[in-house]
Amino acid sequence: MLEGLEAAFFYLFALVAVASALMVISSRNPVHSVLFLILAFFNAAGLFLLAGAEFLALILLIVYVGAVMVLFLFVVMMLDVDFAEFKQGALRYAPIGALVGLIFAAELIIVTGGYVLAPELSSSVARPIPDLAERTNTAALGDILYTDYIHFFQMAGVVLLVAMVGAIVLTLRHKQGVRRQSISAQVGRTPETAIEVRKVETGKGI
Amino acid sequence: MTVGIGHYLTLSAILFTIGVFGIFLNRKNVIVIMMSIELLLLAANINLVAFSSVLNDLVGQVFVLFVLTVAAAEAAIGLSILVVFFRNRGSIAVEDVNMMKG
Repeated sequence: MLEGLEAAFFYLFALVAVASALMVISSRNPVHSVLFLILAFFNAAGLFLLAGAEFLALILLIVYVGAVMVLFLFVVMMLDVDFAEFKQGALRYAPIGALVGLIFAAELIIVTGGYVLAPELSSSVARPIPDLAERTNTAALGDILYTDYIHFFQMAGVVLLVAMVGAIVLTLRHKQGVRRQSISAQVGRTPETAIEVRKVETGKGI
Repeated sequence: MTVGIGHYLTLSAILFTIGVFGIFLNRKNVIVIMMSIELLLLAANINLVAFSSVLNDLVGQVFVLFVLTVAAAEAAIGLSILVVFFRNRGSIAVEDVNMMKG
């Protein structure tokens, strides 16, 4: 799949991604965790590029790092929490967790590391990737995303809409004592309700 | 030095395990738990992209797009729940969440 310089870049991106993922879960300060997560996503974008998924690599950077991770950073900085107390007693389950994790990782690597594709799989491809000289990756994705997968695409839009409405509903707060504009009351005013004629006697105020 | 599908799968297995371990290690801190979930989803995405590249099939990349959409929605909802919880309780310790028990 990848050879020579590409393979070297694979190892570079993979090593930095794994190291920064380790820093994400072991860092004391959550702000550092978010920044290391951003580094991990950058390296994953590099891996996507090596695998030929150019559009997804840039979407991962622009949308994911640019929006979701910055949202994380906002929330972490906004919540004024003493993060030191979380670390107390955190290592109690670390040995057994590390043991289970190591066994899990070893099993996964043994199963997937020697993965070989069956030769007949290549004849059952649903949508072959077109030649890069004829159709770019972005255009090829659009070709099938807006035709075969249009309903899934619209459902993804609905999911995002529901998430947006949900986030607004959850965090919207009506403060007491804030004077708001009431447009119906303003429009509903007539000269009869707004103007009052009073007889003022000479030499006296109202 | 040739990199094949096995290397990509191994990398994503390692990232997935780190994500699972992060949930155990930071079980009091919801923010880091959510970051671990992001790592899990990233490992799944690497798998999908690697298979898409090896099988020469574009559908895997379409699927990654949907996984990214759902992950973004999940992060937005999770973080807003976190903000509301912090506003009500003044802390984000997971152990306090069981006050919602009936």
